[in-house]
Amino acid sequence: MLKRIRQILAVVSIVLITLLFLDFTGTVHKWFGWLAKIQFLPALLAMNVAVIVGLIILTLVFGRLYCSVICPLGIMQDGFAWFGKKARKNRYTYSAPKNILRYTLLGVMAIAIVAGISWLVALLAPYSAYGRIAQSLLAPVWAWFNNLFASWAEAHESYAFYSVDIWLRGATTLIVAVVTLVVLAVLAWRNGRTYCNTICPVGTVLGFFSRFSLLKPVIDTSKCNGCGLCARNCKASCINSKEHTIDYSRCVACFDCINKCHKGAISYTRRRSAAATDNIADASSRRAFLSVTATIAATAALRAQEKTVDGGLAAIEDKKIPERKTKIVPPGARSIRNLESHCTACQLCVAACPNGVLRPSTELDSLMQPESSYERGYCRPECVRCSEVCPAGAIRPITVADKSSVQIGHAVWVRYNCIPLTDGVECGNCARHCPVGAITMVPSDADDDNSLKIPVVNTERCIGCGACENLCPSRPFSAIYVEGHEVHRVI
Amino acid sequence: MKKNNISRRDFIRRLGIGASVTGLALAGCDNAAKKAAQSENSLSETSDDKMTYRVNPKTGEKVSILGYGCMRWPVIPGKEEGQDEIDQETVNRLVDTALANGVNYFDTSPAYCKGRSERATGIALARHPRDSYFIATKMSNFAPQTWNREASINIYRNSLKELQTDYIDYMLLHSIGSGNGMDDFKARYIDNGILDFLVAEREAGRIKNLGFSYHGDITVFDWALANHDKYKWDFVQIQLNYLDWKHAKELNPRNTDGEYLYGELEKRGIPAIIMEPLLGGRLSNVPDHIAVRLKQREPEKSVASWAFRYAGTHPGVLTVLSGMTYMEHLLDNLNTYSPLVPLNDDEIQFLYDTADLMVQYPTVACNDCKYCMPCPYGIDIPAILLHYNKCVNQGNIAENTQSENYAEARRAFLVGYDRSVPKLRQASHCIGCNQCSPHCPQSIDIPKELHRIDRYVESLKQHPTA
Repeated sequence: MLKRIRQILAVVSIVLITLLFLDFTGTVHKWFGWLAKIQFLPALLAMNVAVIVGLIILTLVFGRLYCSVICPLGIMQDGFAWFGKKARKNRYTYSAPKNILRYTLLGVMAIAIVAGISWLVALLAPYSAYGRIAQSLLAPVWAWFNNLFASWAEAHESYAFYSVDIWLRGATTLIVAVVTLVVLAVLAWRNGRTYCNTICPVGTVLGFFSRFSLLKPVIDTSKCNGCGLCARNCKASCINSKEHTIDYSRCVACFDCINKCHKGAISYTRRRSAAATDNIADASSRRAFLSVTATIAATAALRAQEKTVDGGLAAIEDKKIPERKTKIVPPGARSIRNLESHCTACQLCVAACPNGVLRPSTELDSLMQPESSYERGYCRPECVRCSEVCPAGAIRPITVADKSSVQIGHAVWVRYNCIPLTDGVECGNCARHCPVGAITMVPSDADDDNSLKIPVVNTERCIGCGACENLCPSRPFSAIYVEGHEVHRVI
Repeated sequence: MKKNNISRRDFIRRLGIGASVTGLALAGCDNAAKKAAQSENSLSETSDDKMTYRVNPKTGEKVSILGYGCMRWPVIPGKEEGQDEIDQETVNRLVDTALANGVNYFDTSPAYCKGRSERATGIALARHPRDSYFIATKMSNFAPQTWNREASINIYRNSLKELQTDYIDYMLLHSIGSGNGMDDFKARYIDNGILDFLVAEREAGRIKNLGFSYHGDITVFDWALANHDKYKWDFVQIQLNYLDWKHAKELNPRNTDGEYLYGELEKRGIPAIIMEPLLGGRLSNVPDHIAVRLKQREPEKSVASWAFRYAGTHPGVLTVLSGMTYMEHLLDNLNTYSPLVPLNDDEIQFLYDTADLMVQYPTVACNDCKYCMPCPYGIDIPAILLHYNKCVNQGNIAENTQSENYAEARRAFLVGYDRSVPKLRQASHCIGCNQCSPHCPQSIDIPKELHRIDRYVESLKQHPTA
């Protein structure tokens, strides 16, 4: 019974969390966005005291239920373990806790957070690891099916589905996701929750508390016949059937043992209680940041066809990412530093961005953390999706009104790319689309009011949204591009 | 001939019009004959089998009232954008069906279908006897680098080669009046001696009839007709339909009402060839209640048939061109014109009233001729305008966020927009360089319209819900 409830909750939980990464319409977020916000490490980095206290109380009452029904990476491993058990029954055995390894890795994590080694934090954080898998590997499949539906809908003049771009946001992140998935699948298949009880820092922290939990599986030695069936079915390898003891720091409250025992010797019950102890690691500052973005591969340059009538479509060259002295992070991040010190690189914002702006960074300093670029789209005025979904406080919630007054960067004009000067035609597309009216078109020749007009940017009004950069006709490099601000300013 | 008869019979059976049409045909001939007798300058009319024919007063040749416009041949989409190919097999089938059912006028140009129309038309026609059809093509020297004499003559010689013939039945100066009015006209045809060259070719018999097609600046049209005695225009191609008869100028001051154009030709007894009788489909794909209005009056006739009957009803019209991409279009038009049943005064007034209703819709007057393309900055101009028109006709343009249907109209517009036009080719990328507008036969201020549509898109995007 308890196992069945746990399984149902786990399936519902992982499906909904996965949908958070797949659904690009924002509907699922409206209802279930909180599922990301109750994840331990992001909540810790967000200084979300209520969630942390709540999770610790949950653990103190029920044991590591978090690892069984809330953590998507844990549930995913149970999935692989389930298949493993199908292949060979009773495959697990008791093993002694690897305490030195566990606490060393917890220490490493704490140091990484404090010292700002964000790539290490990102690699070790369990929820983020799952997020990367969902975003990099599942989201494209989801989008592909959506596009299939969209083409059917199109054939039937229906607007129920619309197609979306499928593009590789970051190769590094994809590779990390694949490696994480393969390693965890193999570990879970063979030995159950190895990762959770030796590597996962959240597992170690919660294990510390679950030792004192109110409710826990207890072996009734008067009923136990010492068959060892419970131990051979314990994916946490924490039941020592010979000694009739359970290592509660590793028990993830899956209730498999209760179901397995023919003698009814194991029950989930109250025994001793213990007081909660103080919180551990704290979010802290990290190094300042300066980076230049790598350019992505672009298609070969093609000149527009010669102008004749009925000449079809001119080829359009892909935009290239300009070299920015300071990278751009989305409004709500407050500063590059704030983003880097809170982000666990879960990719939820990257998955949620409907404008193709956010993508994981490839720089080691901020590996897999989001950054903005405008060659596929720009940070549109009506959208605050990333700020709504971020569970870690790296991108704080802002309103559409707030957004129009946050300067995340400023536009810089590049004379030698500007179309009126290179092609000798009227343009002004940047000024036409600036949402805050920061761009004015002025005659290129100050003495001649009729000369072709070029843009001038009032950087005091510019918010760095990238509308100008994205819609600039100059290709592959725009004649106007955005330089990020290390610290966002409110105007 | 026997073979033709069988296929024609087959065709009639397929359409299921059989006997009723025969009845109509007799009545129609009667009517048409009466109408023809009324006007001195009307072209004499005969009825060969079922298709209605008009007689060219100079050569005495019988031209089918339905002319095949070769600007919209079907294409097979390519793997990559812009790599589509003309669907030659279907073109052949269309041409065969048209010929078998009495169509004998084929109008092409070196510029059509990205320059591939003449070849495709030539391939399809060369499979039939050369004297069973008339070929019309044009001097399409639009690009300034083709304004010199040699380049223009090369265009002409290449037309003969592509069309696999040694003479052109109907040769046109292409779209005089477009671009920079009189200046462009002089540069294209007068200063380089091309018009004199074409006149000489007519004398040599390699051109049977010489005329011009007109769009845009009316001074060029007037100049050409003022010099009729010198050039002896054998025909003139004009835009004529029940919307443009009285509303062309009102919708766009740079255009001229069909009433004036046709009247000037009628005065001089010059046969008129009609283009855009259907306005690129805008007179068949009409707002819902206009469609209902037309269908109510003639439930068994297509919406398009009204436009074709209207164009054909004018007695000075030699042929009415229709760019028929699909077999269904061809069959419908054959049905309309086999034979033509001219409109009576009452019906004509009904169409003018319909036109008055139609001008109230804010559609853009784009006929999808693609002369504006390619936009050097990659915009898909006709696709944007067509999508907008479609939304106007379907009632999917919301007045404001308080509109009752705002959410549905918004979704239909935005989702449909991304489907019809790739993001990089949408109106937001129009820089307003205005290189397109001079090419537009309908004189649309393209950047203005694109920016207007873009502003509408922006307002939709920025206001997700009411």
